[in-house]
Amino acid sequence: MILAKIVGTVVATRKDDRLLSSKLLVARPMDPRGKPEGSYLVAVDTVDAGVGETVLIVSGSSARMAAGLKDCPVDAAVVGIVDTIEVSDAGS
Amino acid sequence: MHLARVIGEVVASSKDANLTAMKLLVLQPLAASGEPAGRSLVALDSVGAGVGENVFFVRGREAAFPFYPAEPPTDATIVGIVDYWHTENGVRVG
Repeated sequence: MILAKIVGTVVATRKDDRLLSSKLLVARPMDPRGKPEGSYLVAVDTVDAGVGETVLIVSGSSARMAAGLKDCPVDAAVVGIVDTIEVSDAGS
Repeated sequence: MHLARVIGEVVASSKDANLTAMKLLVLQPLAASGEPAGRSLVALDSVGAGVGENVFFVRGREAAFPFYPAEPPTDATIVGIVDYWHTENGVRVG
């Protein structure tokens, strides 16, 4: 799973039937210290996340195991809203 | 599977129901030399690992298998705590 910040939403009227009523979010991956890294991605929201929140995103075929996404054509799903991240400098 | 060091913890109250009571740890993947290699990530823990330990983890769909028959939505899970590893450059203690 990766940490990411939600930076926007995507609206698509015409899409795969199995994506109907899915909320699509634009996310910017970040490191545990909050620094953005990598390129933006679009993820299906399963936990009512919103813009500005830090979230957990699961990628690849595992994304289909998120609630309500069985057999859906997705490769990234938001599965958690992060409260806190604690990083040990000694451990890095 | 990949080697990594556990460098932190993530707390998320609002999450997928199948992630309830799962421990979320921040991992820094390691090269065989023990140096950090690549981007950090968040993984589930299936073996009781903690911050500061070296572990190995599995990526992809198989990351849910340690929790069978539950199917948590995870693409990375710690499946072992490393005691030591041995390469041509010597032995590294976990």
